[in-house]
Amino acid sequence: MRLITHNMLSCNIKGVTNGFPLKIEAEKVIEKEVDFNPDFLKHMFAKIEWKALVEAARAMGYGELPEDSPDVAVIESADETFLKKLHHALLEIHLEEGALVCPETGRKFPVNKGIPNMLLHEDEV
Amino acid sequence: MSETPPEIADIMRVSSHREVYEPCDDSFALVDALLTDQTNLINHKPNICMEIGCGSGYVITSLILLLKSKLSNIHYLATDTNPLAAKVTTETLEAHGLKADVICTDIASCLETRLAGLVDVMVVNPPYVPTPEYEVGMEGIASSWAGGENGRSVIDRMLPVVDRLLSEKGWFYLVTLSCNYPSEICLMMRKRGFAWRILVQRSTEEENLIILKFWRDGEEVERLEEETISDEFSRSLSLFMRKQ
Repeated sequence: MRLITHNMLSCNIKGVTNGFPLKIEAEKVIEKEVDFNPDFLKHMFAKIEWKALVEAARAMGYGELPEDSPDVAVIESADETFLKKLHHALLEIHLEEGALVCPETGRKFPVNKGIPNMLLHEDEV
Repeated sequence: MSETPPEIADIMRVSSHREVYEPCDDSFALVDALLTDQTNLINHKPNICMEIGCGSGYVITSLILLLKSKLSNIHYLATDTNPLAAKVTTETLEAHGLKADVICTDIASCLETRLAGLVDVMVVNPPYVPTPEYEVGMEGIASSWAGGENGRSVIDRMLPVVDRLLSEKGWFYLVTLSCNYPSEICLMMRKRGFAWRILVQRSTEEENLIILKFWRDGEEVERLEEETISDEFSRSLSLFMRKQ
């Protein structure tokens, strides 16, 4: 699972109101290069919850993202330094083994072979 | 002569498990529908494509392959309620040298909040076989086919989720059987502001498959007579069958 997906995941246990973002416990992280596409990144940037991405990237061992969300001028500028970092964080780092932890209840969802198991127990639905 | 790149998944490279549904007539019909619509899909320039109920991974792998040469950096997501299916899907993707984010969840429940309005292409081959209601939601391979009354229990739960996740320009491809009362499904989607079209109709020994495509047509629908949609549906179906 990549961080672009992590940024879209929440814990949906019944009654939980703050199920986002899930905290990452990383045991194994892999990196896989993919083509750089500025237009895609610009499109996705608007949908990304910045703080969640920064924390998630850090949990995966990548600390290059700025703490505060950059403004639009940085995204649109010809200098692609920032977009390259965003590209790497969103699309090239995969959580292979570990867990996702609900920020409200502490419930752990295991991640095995890159697949988060978000299934709920009967008493959580 | 240069070899043309494969445009759909290679059946020999699709992984399997006894508790995971293998690609069958319905999967082939859905991929054929996507192939029929390939040029439109490429011009559609989707950012996020998703499959709910990915099973063996045959369909999502085919979708990636048929867009891959023309579009880069699409984000692909696939979900399945069966952990074994999620695993088999990643194996099928890997066997084709591909990667997508696969999540084990009920329909799309952990994605409904944050992914709302972001999916440009949604593909679903739902559990559509009419079964007793108690078989719905059973674990393992039963989850791939058990559809409850008229095969509609899971489909009817999925429609609002799909509506929520699809973007303004979102397209939705759905496998149905004639015994699922597809005209009723069209009516339910019409009420949510979607137009529809039949992409593939195919009768096999066991089932009469109909692959539908839905898109938002921007019209507010205030009142709809069930008979109108039902007539419209029968007309397009017979028109479609005559063309084949």
